[in-house]
Amino acid sequence: MKKRFGKNDVIFISFLILFCVGVCVAVYKGGAVEGSNISITIDGAEYGTYSLLEEQIITIEQEGHINIIEIKDGEAFMKEASCPDQLCVDQNEISFDKESIICLPNKVVITVTSDMESDLDGIVR
Amino acid sequence: MKKKTAYLGVMLALALICSYVEVLIPFSIGIPGIKLGLANIVIVFALYSLGTKEAYILSIARVLISGFMFGNVMAIAYSFAGGMLSLTVMYLLKKTDLLCPLSISIAGGIAHNIGQIIIATFLVSNYYVLYYVPVLMVAGFITGTLIGIVAQEVFLRVGHLLRVR
Repeated sequence: MKKRFGKNDVIFISFLILFCVGVCVAVYKGGAVEGSNISITIDGAEYGTYSLLEEQIITIEQEGHINIIEIKDGEAFMKEASCPDQLCVDQNEISFDKESIICLPNKVVITVTSDMESDLDGIVR
Repeated sequence: MKKKTAYLGVMLALALICSYVEVLIPFSIGIPGIKLGLANIVIVFALYSLGTKEAYILSIARVLISGFMFGNVMAIAYSFAGGMLSLTVMYLLKKTDLLCPLSISIAGGIAHNIGQIIIATFLVSNYYVLYYVPVLMVAGFITGTLIGIVAQEVFLRVGHLLRVR
């Protein structure tokens, strides 16, 4: 029986590490579930749901605040916003399920939702 | 055989103590469901010093008893799936006679968590479980390494004392 660390072990462990990294990449990049819609809420209230498949520009106006959301190539992003910090405009485009862009000053939240939603939200033990 | 039975009893007690210690000192890094699995040191050690059949008996007994003492039915289901898959993987790798206990333990650690994910997908039936796979695999790698180091060193030092075959 082999007792100490040897060449085989180095090969085997490298293989395992590669396997782990491979799975990580596969799940977080390829395996991530593409969302199909975005849902917009303003101050917690539902504003509307828009398909990510249609290219469109959504303008939200509320009490002098303006947010312009653009959907392009299946991704949504904040094109323009009247908020002072512009953090929402700087955020990357979203397309995967549960990703979101939040404009805190204007209280606008955009979340990607998916039709493949499971009927279980969680499990309580 | 009598001697073996006695050793099995001692090791089962050790494994249960390890489970108990783990409950007392939560090895928490903020991710639910990840723990060190100290009892697996005993399982890996038994696999090498006592034999495959004995390791299986030990693993099943440990899962059942510690599940009833510290956990619940769900915990038993998860531990059982993880324990069996990990032990089977370790047994098959050990049979090739190419690897040292440390590498086998790492593979066992990953297999343990994969077994739990398989059960989780059945129980939760939610594809979000998928996102947990990389986290659990990395965790299995790390805990497998730690368990493997301890089990290997213990075996190299006192394993010959337990040779009953």
